[in-house]
Amino acid sequence: MKELQVSLNQTQKIRLQTALQKLQDLSSKVDHSIVAVADTISVNHEDGFLKGHGTFELGGEVVATVCGVVERVNKLVYVRALRPRYQAERGDIIVGRVVEIVPERWKVEINFSQDAVLMLSSMNMPDGIQRRRTANDELNMRTIFEENDIICAEVRDTFQQDGTLHLQARSRKYGKLEKGQLLTVSPYLVKRSKQHFHHLEEFGIDLILGSNGYIWIGEHVEARDNQENPSNQQNDTSNGRYVNLAVPEKTYTALEKRQQICRIANAIRVLSSLGFNMTKEIIMEIVNLSITLNVEIHEMLGAEFYVRVAEKEVERRSSLKMGRG
Amino acid sequence: MDHRISLKKETEYISPEGLRLDGRLPSEMRQISAEIGVVPNADGSAAFEMGNTKVIAAVYGPRKVQNWGQQINDQALVRCEYRMANFSTGDRVRRPKGDRRTTEISLVIRQTMEACIMTQQMPRTQIDIYVQVLQADGGTRSACINAATLALAAAGIPMRDLVTSCSAGYLNGTPLLDLNYVEDSAGGPDVTLGILPTLDRVTLLQADSKLTMDAFESVMQLATEGCMAVAGYIRRVLREHTKQLELRRGV
Repeated sequence: MKELQVSLNQTQKIRLQTALQKLQDLSSKVDHSIVAVADTISVNHEDGFLKGHGTFELGGEVVATVCGVVERVNKLVYVRALRPRYQAERGDIIVGRVVEIVPERWKVEINFSQDAVLMLSSMNMPDGIQRRRTANDELNMRTIFEENDIICAEVRDTFQQDGTLHLQARSRKYGKLEKGQLLTVSPYLVKRSKQHFHHLEEFGIDLILGSNGYIWIGEHVEARDNQENPSNQQNDTSNGRYVNLAVPEKTYTALEKRQQICRIANAIRVLSSLGFNMTKEIIMEIVNLSITLNVEIHEMLGAEFYVRVAEKEVERRSSLKMGRG
Repeated sequence: MDHRISLKKETEYISPEGLRLDGRLPSEMRQISAEIGVVPNADGSAAFEMGNTKVIAAVYGPRKVQNWGQQINDQALVRCEYRMANFSTGDRVRRPKGDRRTTEISLVIRQTMEACIMTQQMPRTQIDIYVQVLQADGGTRSACINAATLALAAAGIPMRDLVTSCSAGYLNGTPLLDLNYVEDSAGGPDVTLGILPTLDRVTLLQADSKLTMDAFESVMQLATEGCMAVAGYIRRVLREHTKQLELRRGV
């Protein structure tokens, strides 16, 4: 999904080029801080410096090991790579897919270099009581998450030595995600911010921007603990042997809502293939743009809208710059 | 000059004016061009062209090791698969997957790339490099290595240095840079060189057929210059690509 195949006609090509050229004019500082692999980074040797990620020392000089942008924080020099794999940080909110259940833990696929681990003990139990996890709980792990479930969790820890990543889901807002769509974008496009859970009130839709580049768009769920009640009752009654007594209620998402989900999803797809940063505001701007232009959902992936989005982004950034300057 | 080297005396690979069959000077490379991001689902990918030779490389990873037994606990596992497309040569040949030539080149590319990847930084992971030859016109080995370097850099995999590669040969008593298919199949020596341009190290040196020491020196010199030229180009491409990404991302 990372890139759309759009065939632009001549005028659209020129419009896209001018838009990108304008973006280049708007950002002035970019040029000199870009490094490729094995480029030397100039540092002040007298003051002393700390080598960060993406650098190594070669004959007294600091050399980049990845392509990216040189960042300097006080004495620390590091290269921020624009890489397609997720770089974990403690406290990140991520969306992932359960791939395997092993004793006491779930293995979750999150576009990291390994599968992340979600321990049973770092989960809030459905009944909400703090207690030791028993063997029964372990047997009932599938009532919480099954294979291929999409879940949302937080990064608890990363261990540098062997690269494993531990997750936790100790709050009501984390857990299984249902009735929606999962999108994958490059992780560097999702900026870390205070808020990754968004409730789009005008649509009644939840938007979760996972730091790992997995984005969830789903029907709004009011209180997340309500949906976990059925499994709670089964836990009490089944007494170790889990029997699926509760007939799953057939609930459908309304057509209108599904269309809105698709509209937002397509907005993200276009932004992703253009390589633009993704925040709730930008996504909503694109969604509103598509509504005001009366663009059908499927047409959002076409060439015309693609170029329009690029032009809109130029407008947005230049207005931002005006506001600042 | 040692004329015993040029086996087919009857064919002139260098015209009296000092030009080669395709009109190049002996120390002239073919046109090179590279493009990043040609395989949408790969973590990093690149297409690399040297004249009529065209290869495509895709890199996946660092990702979970698929075969648990192969996992290395303190470094990444690097795998490489080289293939020639059926349509890549003049006559269409169906190629079996594990033939000797393919296995050998896969191994060569893997070893060359592994020398520059910082595998210790990614323990218990695996990096897959797939290279496919779309058009073969001599120097596929070099083109594959160059494409793989670009793809690895695009995938954001930490590397000590770029690896660049170029071939050179010796025909009619003249060292020639970047042999094409006709020159390659003349039976003269074909030296493929892979270097780390910044560290100034050699990671790959292959030669078939015999070559005198003096001639070898000059051929090696020429190949090194070729590698440096490729390195300059690759670096420009990478910088431009990174700049575009950062620019589009904005603040």
